[in-house]
Amino acid sequence: MMNRGDLTKRLVAKLTHDEAVVAGIGNTNFDLYVAGHRPQNFYMLGSMGLACPIALGVALAQPERGVIALEGDGSILMNLGCLGTIAQIKPRNLTIIIMDNGTYQITGNQPTATKETSDIVKIAQGAGIGGSVWARDEKHFDELIARRFEYGGPSLIAAKIDDKPAAGQTVRDPALIRSRFMRGLGTGRGGALDA
Amino acid sequence: MTWSDVFLNTLKENGVRLVTYVPDNVLTPLLDGVAADNYFMPVCATREDEAVGMAAGAWMGGLRGCVMMQTSGFGTIPNAIASLLVPYQIPAILIVSERGALGEFNSGQVMVARTMRPVLDALAMAHHTLTDEKTMPFIADRAIKQAVATQSPVALILSPLLTGGKVLKNAP
Repeated sequence: MMNRGDLTKRLVAKLTHDEAVVAGIGNTNFDLYVAGHRPQNFYMLGSMGLACPIALGVALAQPERGVIALEGDGSILMNLGCLGTIAQIKPRNLTIIIMDNGTYQITGNQPTATKETSDIVKIAQGAGIGGSVWARDEKHFDELIARRFEYGGPSLIAAKIDDKPAAGQTVRDPALIRSRFMRGLGTGRGGALDA
Repeated sequence: MTWSDVFLNTLKENGVRLVTYVPDNVLTPLLDGVAADNYFMPVCATREDEAVGMAAGAWMGGLRGCVMMQTSGFGTIPNAIASLLVPYQIPAILIVSERGALGEFNSGQVMVARTMRPVLDALAMAHHTLTDEKTMPFIADRAIKQAVATQSPVALILSPLLTGGKVLKNAP
């Protein structure tokens, strides 16, 4: 089993072009925060299931920027329709990463449908995201991240992870998170207050 | 010009390019107008909260967007408004075609319509009901400008008085 914190650090280490990362509610965004804040990180404190739609919006607005949605299995199960939307739009710059621990970890480890039954990669393929792959191990995950644009369309990388909780928690200030994210994307309001 | 042309012009004048939506009969002239105009970027979503997420991401990326839905679709988005648009101060423009009023024939629509304005009020969210072609462009224009200037979402409710609404053919 891989580990979310470790994979997130591996991902961040490969981001050298100010890629935007939209991280879903709970441990997914906590581990992104712990991996080291970047101005292009967006941390979700609510709206479960909307990491992929938010990332799609960013990807449409800035087609030259790589955009990554980091999402958990419980969250993506809540909004599977967005995979069909993304498959139709085909944003080449969008990558979806699903951290699948088979549980609603933050609410007390209740099992999700992926624990024994549903297969996120097959669901994504069925939705029309052809470049959907299970990462076999850490090395394979690194390779898939490096090759994520080769497919020519949006890609989805899923990883089975252990049950370790995140190593910290995100600062819970939504207005600050949004403001910093927009500055990271070059869309924030400027002025003397930035000095 | 029809009410839908006037409304789309107002969106254009305010730089609203991305139109995310879940289809609705009354919205059809708007959606057709959007599809026929290269200025707009239409994206059909599977759920209204998905559309709200898209508009939020687009705004943060520098692309102004709106979300079109019918009244029952509004019933799916209070959490997206309360935990994304409002706390993160994202000025999404929500455009709701009003079902459940003035001749509604579907009691499911009537019930959900009763929840809409109380939910908007509970969230302290600005909302305006557009009832006639004369005042509509002014209200829509100013509401969008205020939303952007104050970084707050706004709902524009398209009344059957403006759109004609949807009525049952061959009513008993």
